[in-house]
Amino acid sequence: MHSIKTVGVAGSGTMGAGIAIVAARAGYKTIVFDRDQSALDRARQQTQGFFAKSVERKKLTQEKVDSILNGLTSTTRLEDMAQCDIVIEAVFENLKVKHDIFAQLNLVCPPQTLFASNTSTLSITEIAAGSGRDENFVGMHFCLPAQLMKLVEMSPGLRTRTETFDAAWEFCLALGQIPVKTKDNPGFILNYFLVPFNNDAIRLVEAGVAEPADIDRAIKSALGYPMGPLELLDLVGLDTHWLVAEALYSSTHEPRAAAPALVKRMIAAGQLGRKTGQGFYSYKTNAMFGG
Amino acid sequence: MQYEIINTGGSPAFEDSHALLTQGQAKASTLVIVGNQAGLAFRQLSQPQRYTLILIELGLECLGTHTGESRGQEGSQILGFSRFRLGEAPSTNLVELVRQPQSVESAILTAKALLEAKGLQVSVCADFAGRILNRLIRPYYNGALTRLDEGLASADDLDMTLKLGLGYPEGPITLLERTGLQHHFKATQALFEAYGQSAYAPARRARVAYERAQFASLSASEGPPKKGQS
Ligand SMILES: NC(=O)c1ccc[n+]([C@@H]2O[C@H](COP(=O)([O-])OP(=O)(O)OC[C@H]3O[C@@H](n4cnc5c(N)ncnc54)[C@H](O)[C@@H]3O)[C@@H](O)[C@H]2O)c1
Repeated sequence: MHSIKTVGVAGSGTMGAGIAIVAARAGYKTIVFDRDQSALDRARQQTQGFFAKSVERKKLTQEKVDSILNGLTSTTRLEDMAQCDIVIEAVFENLKVKHDIFAQLNLVCPPQTLFASNTSTLSITEIAAGSGRDENFVGMHFCLPAQLMKLVEMSPGLRTRTETFDAAWEFCLALGQIPVKTKDNPGFILNYFLVPFNNDAIRLVEAGVAEPADIDRAIKSALGYPMGPLELLDLVGLDTHWLVAEALYSSTHEPRAAAPALVKRMIAAGQLGRKTGQGFYSYKTNAMFGG
Repeated sequence: MQYEIINTGGSPAFEDSHALLTQGQAKASTLVIVGNQAGLAFRQLSQPQRYTLILIELGLECLGTHTGESRGQEGSQILGFSRFRLGEAPSTNLVELVRQPQSVESAILTAKALLEAKGLQVSVCADFAGRILNRLIRPYYNGALTRLDEGLASADDLDMTLKLGLGYPEGPITLLERTGLQHHFKATQALFEAYGQSAYAPARRARVAYERAQFASLSASEGPPKKGQS
């Protein structure tokens, strides 16, 4: 039986920082590893800001936050991960990068340490195959922003032991998250459905079926979705969407998964969405209007 | 805003008591035709040019079926509209307002204002099969049904994931079973015929539900089997 006391998070970007908050908040001793000190510093700042707000909103006491932050450390030395009972990996979405880091972790961590990957589109079995411990490996796909979203898609690889999966599942519950079991299938559940749906919406724009605002209004009004697909894409960023869509398409070869040509054109034109002020909507004009 | 109304009965989405159907006037320059024979009623009009706006309620068909079309230059003061409804669920407030390439812009604005005044929300779209909503949701529903069959996750987990992860008010499996899978079959089958794309091909579960609904209506019309009959 695995007993998890110390949690490692590899990669201190958007997702890693959020996952580390979840683990530390649940009372685990948490160590975040990144090869880039500035990523660790940035995450530390964001984490402090996040918990300061929790105190402000009276969700946590200052005392509690102090003890959480005491239990949350960071490092650029991989050897420090030796004490971890589980390591959740959230480095770049690239099979080679993931293989490299797991191979190194495999040398450092004791054999019973569980390995988990937060990959969105790669195969758990494939990542596990390069980890040196494919039986002790699971997929744990958190949602963005991890510190707020409860859902975790959990998938066993082909060689994952039942006992490993069960231990990771229990751990996920102990984190206060809501696990759902899915197969090790490209995109799991969320991205498998969301990415082609968003691509279909882009194709309607491309084919002149309707304007983005009309499409979004139809979806929100008729189905009660919180956001329309095109405003969501502007938020995600067209560049990020393209990467995820290409990854999904390359593993499924389903035509709906492939990013429509319009996405490439918009990226070339710098129309990435909110972050560049222009995507399917123009945010520059909005800002001026509101200002 | 004044308008005349022709109600041919059996509207797929409007109750006879809806404000749009009850508040028509005797003589106006706008004509609204609703009901499952709206297109036929339009084609039988003796003086359609008398109106500055004619709105025809559409089923699954394109507006061009009633207006005719040529060279991609079609379009006039005649528009189509369809209030979205998912199977047996109550109608939504969303209306897809169908235009053609040369539709009169002022007619579109008038139509929007008229429908919005009746508490409806309007999305303008071009005259394609499936318009906006069916084009987007049918492949998604087929995918969810197929993946359920293939064991990607349990129905509860599929639904919960999409609700929690994307904020959808209801998961696809619960939604389809609540509103009638057989209705999804008909809508997606029509798109499959129109586009020939496999994403629209009805999922197995939808076909099964449709076939069962056919049996049920057959045995209802035949009555219970009598003794001695094989
Ligand atoms: N962003 C999302 O919406 C989202 C959601 C769910 C899952 N994911 C997955 O989470 C993972 C991380 O995504 P992200 O958005 O946080 O990326 P990110 O680019 O924000 O962060 C990645 C971090 O990993 C670090 N890193 C890269 N290679 C490393 C190595 N070899 N050793 C140590 N650190 C390394 C980088 O310095 C960076 O800080 C990806 O697999 C992604 O698919 C992302």
